Amino acid sequence: MELVQMQKSLQDYTKSLFLDGVLDSQFLQLQQLQDESNPDFVSQVVTLFFQDSDRILNDLSLSLDQQVVDFKKVDPHVHQLKGSSSSIGAQRVKNACVVFRNFCEQQNVEGCHRCLQQVKKEYYLVKNRLETLFKLEQQIVASGGMIPAMELGF
Amino acid sequence: MASDGGVSCLRRSEMMSVGIGGIDSPPLDVDEVHVLAVDDSLVDRIVIERLLRITSCKVTAVDSGWRALEFLGIDNEKASAELDRLKVDLIITDYCMPGMTGYELLKKIKESSSFRQVPVVIMSSENVITRIDRCLEEGAEDFLLKPVKLADVKRLRNYLTRDVQVSNGNKRKLPEDSPPLTLSHDSSDSSPPPSTLSPDSSDSSSPPLSPVEIFSSPLLSPLDDEDDDVLTSSPESTPSPVRRQKMRSPGLD
Repeated sequence: MELVQMQKSLQDYTKSLFLDGVLDSQFLQLQQLQDESNPDFVSQVVTLFFQDSDRILNDLSLSLDQQVVDFKKVDPHVHQLKGSSSSIGAQRVKNACVVFRNFCEQQNVEGCHRCLQQVKKEYYLVKNRLETLFKLEQQIVASGGMIPAMELGF
Repeated sequence: MASDGGVSCLRRSEMMSVGIGGIDSPPLDVDEVHVLAVDDSLVDRIVIERLLRITSCKVTAVDSGWRALEFLGIDNEKASAELDRLKVDLIITDYCMPGMTGYELLKKIKESSSFRQVPVVIMSSENVITRIDRCLEEGAEDFLLKPVKLADVKRLRNYLTRDVQVSNGNKRKLPEDSPPLTLSHDSSDSSPPPSTLSPDSSDSSSPPLSPVEIFSSPLLSPLDDEDDDVLTSSPESTPSPVRRQKMRSPGLD
């Protein structure tokens, strides 16, 4: 595939993530922090987010599977995930966490289980999309091209 | 990038890499703003660190209030020669942290004779008025709503500048009207208050980069954000700011 085509694909793909609400403007903020001295900043932060989130989701599954759910344990995890997803612009994950926290407050176990599923769904979606995005970027760079800037009217 | 949970003194390693010296490096230049960032979230720590460094601050990032106090030397009795050189111009801390909250850390800092003058900024993902008020009453300088944006950090940077003395006679024009305390509410796309604009913004309102800074700073010229508020590079010592986008898409303008 030609370089220009790849760059266009990347732009279209990125744009779709914003239009679908998977990413919000905070992701753009992260991209602004990337430059030639920190060329992998976004993917590095996002990778940390993935590692952090995998751990949190695991802990959440364990906590919710207990006979007696300790919401004092569950809520901080959700709070943490809400925070980190917000910091990287993973909007749908963040929103799912907000709903999750409401059910925690109500001590609604059934509701929390549903929320966990929803959070996982949104998380795997954004993870998948971002991994694809980074692959596209790598292909462009490997072909000697530059990553096109996002010109978004958001 | 630090991936452990402890102290990441990134600036130190950068200084070493340009042969400035090791731990026994000379005291921080009065021009260089040193920020202590406190956040238990690794992702947030990395982001705030980068935000601060891109606005020409030296950053020490720690993961808890206890480590912050340890770093400042507030919680131990013995004086250390090292500590005499410790210059912290700003402390920025998350509110919700396990163990010691940002509010508790704020109180301890304000109780300390050595550090009570240091401005403390609180960050929180929750826009709770009572929380904000409580922090401001306890002496917090400002309150930032997470997720923190470049514009937020630049605004902090601006009101720090007026306290930094320029030692080499290279006087910068400082904003005439320093902005009143403003709260950063969650209006992600609105621009920060323009009160930080100095009418003659062609003069820099941030410290000119010293030679050390030019070689070790990851970003020579802090970028203009979409609001084009403050020109953050000094004409004398840095190249003119290059918009980040231009670096990324030379052929696609």
